[in-house]
Amino acid sequence: MTQTNRIDGGLINRNQSYSFKFNNETMHGYGGDTLASALIANGIKLVGRSFKYHRPRGIMSAGAEEANAMVQLRTGAYTEPNTRATVAELFDGLEAKSQNHRGPLGFDVMAANDYLSPFLSAGFYYKTFMWPKAFWEKFYEPVIRASAGLGALSGQDDPDQYDKGFLHCDLLIIGAGPSGLAAALAAGRAGARVILADEDFVMGGRLNYETHTVEDRQGSTWAEVATAELYQMENVRMMTRTTVYGSYDHGIFGALERCTDHLFDGSGKPRQILWRIYSKQSLLCAGSTERSIAFGNNDRPGIMLAGAVRGYVNRYGVTPGKRVSIFTNNDDGWRTAIDLKAKGLDVTAVIDTRSIPVPYNVPNTATVMGCRVIDTAGRKGVHTLMLSSGQTIKTDCLAVSGGWSPNVHLTCHQRGRPTWDKKQACFVPGGELPVGMSVAGAANGNMTLQSALSAGHDGANAILNSLGINPTNTSAPRASEESSNITAFWHVAESKSRAWVDLQNDVTTKDIGQSFREGFKSVEHLKRYTTLGMATDQGKTANVLGLAIMAEYSGNTIEQTGTTIFRPPYTPIPMGALAGRARGKDFRPFRLTPSHKFAEERNAAFVETGMWLRAQWYPIAGETHWRESCDREVRATRESVGVCDVTTLGKIDIQGRDAAAFLDRVYANTFGTLAVGKVRYGLMLREDGIVMDDGTTARMGEHHFVMTTTTANAVSVFRHMEFCRQCLWPDMDVHLISATEQWAQYAVAGPNSRKTLQNLVDKEFDISNDAFPFMACGEITVAGGIPARLFRISFSGELAYEIAVPTRYGDSMIRALMQAGKEYNITPYGTEALGVMRIEKGHAAGNELCGTTTAANLGLGMMVSKKKDCIGNVLSQREGLNPDKPLQLVGFKPVDADISLSAGAHFVSKGREVNMANDEGWMTSVAYSPILNCSIGLGLIADGKNRMGEVVTAANPLKQSNIDVEIVSAHFVDPDGDRLRV
Amino acid sequence: MKKVKVLNQICIELHHMIINHPLLGPRDAAEFVYLGDASLINRPDASGDNAAQTFYQYLYLRDNPAGEHKELWYHEQGDRSWLVVTRNTLTHEISNVEMARDVARAAGGST
Repeated sequence: MTQTNRIDGGLINRNQSYSFKFNNETMHGYGGDTLASALIANGIKLVGRSFKYHRPRGIMSAGAEEANAMVQLRTGAYTEPNTRATVAELFDGLEAKSQNHRGPLGFDVMAANDYLSPFLSAGFYYKTFMWPKAFWEKFYEPVIRASAGLGALSGQDDPDQYDKGFLHCDLLIIGAGPSGLAAALAAGRAGARVILADEDFVMGGRLNYETHTVEDRQGSTWAEVATAELYQMENVRMMTRTTVYGSYDHGIFGALERCTDHLFDGSGKPRQILWRIYSKQSLLCAGSTERSIAFGNNDRPGIMLAGAVRGYVNRYGVTPGKRVSIFTNNDDGWRTAIDLKAKGLDVTAVIDTRSIPVPYNVPNTATVMGCRVIDTAGRKGVHTLMLSSGQTIKTDCLAVSGGWSPNVHLTCHQRGRPTWDKKQACFVPGGELPVGMSVAGAANGNMTLQSALSAGHDGANAILNSLGINPTNTSAPRASEESSNITAFWHVAESKSRAWVDLQNDVTTKDIGQSFREGFKSVEHLKRYTTLGMATDQGKTANVLGLAIMAEYSGNTIEQTGTTIFRPPYTPIPMGALAGRARGKDFRPFRLTPSHKFAEERNAAFVETGMWLRAQWYPIAGETHWRESCDREVRATRESVGVCDVTTLGKIDIQGRDAAAFLDRVYANTFGTLAVGKVRYGLMLREDGIVMDDGTTARMGEHHFVMTTTTANAVSVFRHMEFCRQCLWPDMDVHLISATEQWAQYAVAGPNSRKTLQNLVDKEFDISNDAFPFMACGEITVAGGIPARLFRISFSGELAYEIAVPTRYGDSMIRALMQAGKEYNITPYGTEALGVMRIEKGHAAGNELCGTTTAANLGLGMMVSKKKDCIGNVLSQREGLNPDKPLQLVGFKPVDADISLSAGAHFVSKGREVNMANDEGWMTSVAYSPILNCSIGLGLIADGKNRMGEVVTAANPLKQSNIDVEIVSAHFVDPDGDRLRV
Repeated sequence: MKKVKVLNQICIELHHMIINHPLLGPRDAAEFVYLGDASLINRPDASGDNAAQTFYQYLYLRDNPAGEHKELWYHEQGDRSWLVVTRNTLTHEISNVEMARDVARAAGGST
């Protein structure tokens, strides 16, 4: 295909020829093209189908506001839907496909929807297709959903990488058009730390699309020179292809930098970077967006915004038509005629809604004042215009200008409320702007080039003064004069055909009228009822038009009608960029235990608990099911000795003269009486009287304790204790350090645990039962002088110890323990066996400490000291937490030993109906006990301690099972604790 | 001022704000964990006659001001200081940041 619409000039590199594909057809363009300008160069008018009616649509704009020309870019897993062709930078090998049609783009079978439009108007889903009722879910909705819509996802994992970054500056300038460049020059020359960000790949903004002069140069040349000067400044960071998409509190901005989207192959670099920018001050120089006028069939391919038409001619050296007409309500629209004529292009007619003298003399062009376009013809490309004067005009491109709307979006992201500027017929920033933000240029209603340059320059100088930086003695750049008169004109009332307001959502003037008649008059209702201003373009070209038409219908002014405001993001942000590197296994960080390498060597299965990876079980040859491994590990531990990495339990080192008194206040039970060299089980309550956590605390010295917490609550318990220390008792002499990662800790459990340790503990330390009884602790050395801490505590119910060494010895320690226990066939066990043994022993864990249970529920009510205040003591005595028949933790065994129990099953007395009213509690934990050879459970049931031997129903409605279970002691193994003390 | 009931001390993370830490200078709010109303510093006397009532009020009843609010933030990803931050709930403007320990001492915090 040849570039039939390529003309001379433009800011493209004709030595850099690119080949690309659109709908599998190979075409050519140049470096500096966008996909849109390259499509125009190749004479492509029809680029997509509309959202609802599948109307043929073409390119309407030359920027981020594009509502029509959305394509699927790239192929396979790299496919990105809904990419605006107007901002997609062309590269060699680019592949794009049009969206939302069945069959070829030129013959879309879904276009039949266009003839069903009477049934698909605003709010149709609330009113039509309602009968028969069952049809909506099964038939109407699927059909409508399949026919509506945009592009499609690849369905594969995104193969690209994304990054996040943080930047700091004195002044963030958003937009590098004339005002942004003028501001950056002023601030950069004065030495401020500046970030200048622009969404385009070339800085200069509208200067690159227009023929204005600045400082007696072509505007685009001035921009190039200014940009080059800024790139030389070390204090200025220049960010092209970067959209500042959101304004947040305290001068923080979000920005998306597209790093490799313009390359065929990103070579492993991050595709995009999501920046968080911390600014002292910001200057919004985001420019303005042209809007259309609503008239009959104003959505045909070839009908475009006037500024875009001359923009394609001036910047890209392509013309959207060979016989262009213009329809305008303002002077700026006439610039399109002037610029096109200057390129020798044929301008057929300029139609101006205003009854004023012709503002510009355009030779060889029909100029029609006080006239309107009422309809157009040409389904796949406009070819005829019908005017209100009765004339018809032959054309292949209609450039429409309804005036320019300042890009106030970022001013609204907090509390800004734009105000209506009647003279310029546009909303300008108003209300309370984000902290530190000022606005300059067209974004602030400075609609002429000179006023934009001056506002940027002066705005930057004012900011410099507020920052205490002396501005340099320069004046604003000088520009050519222009006029920007406008008389507001929104829609052509005499049009009989549908007149489109929001092209992306297929909203017409009739839809707005209907919304008004049905009572959806406020702008927010209008938006929701008609979908005006929704989807990827967020109504950049449609909102003001729709609002003005609503104002007309209601007979109110635009001020009275109000405006919708904007939320981040300004333009769409890919989900991948928001996720950054936090995907897959990197979704959140996790830690490895000191024995991880050892466990990996033994093919352990791992489980994530409290941001740790822990060994879950250690399979050996011949084992095919986790239960085989788990059962073996339990038996081996109970019969001889097992070892388990318990490093993950939180460890808090507590020191200070008031350490014991502090513990008495944070624990429900007493610690002041604990002897040095002893360990005690501790129960911690929340202030509301509910159990927060439990663990053991060892008294290493008079003023030194080491507390353990559960793995899951290590962080929150430490946070709570710091709260108590700093906020409640600030004058206590106590200090806390989290030592969880400093010590590698192993449980050594089983009848041969002492003998195992005696092979490892240095001989001067006597750990016999007499010298080191149950609940003893002490500092020892192992393996010839390595410092260690030994605690005689047991979670399994066996004779057991926990031994801790500095983490750097952790890997050696597990191997040394394996060696020391070799003669007793020492067996490493994982969290599954750990869980089974604690259930067999009746110890509460996370399933029981679930945030609703009290000490009394867990059978630990006696531990809450009545003699002292502690966190949770007062409210634990509340009536509501102390009913006559409280839930009590007991054990459960199935009457039929072959049946497996389910955690979460609810208890109902035998013979009673299974319903909420008869609910008496629930099963908290279950396990298969290889010691009892049956399924066992722990659970909370009303008055459980007084119901030993009773058979109740454990109901699990999810599995539709009702199992008879017997209430038994929670201590299935060694209920008297004899094994602990031998 | 109307009192509202709060369910519990819920810790939430807020982003995109800057807290000017008295010791460490400006830090991103993402480094902090939020607790709630700074009145939690004023734990009642458990030996008082109507301790149950005062503890109920302490734990469950909060002011819900539209405007300046003193609240507790914990620098968990930093130096583990608890801070009292005075934040305007309408604008998010932070007008004062103090060490919670100093506030507690000034309020006669017990030892």
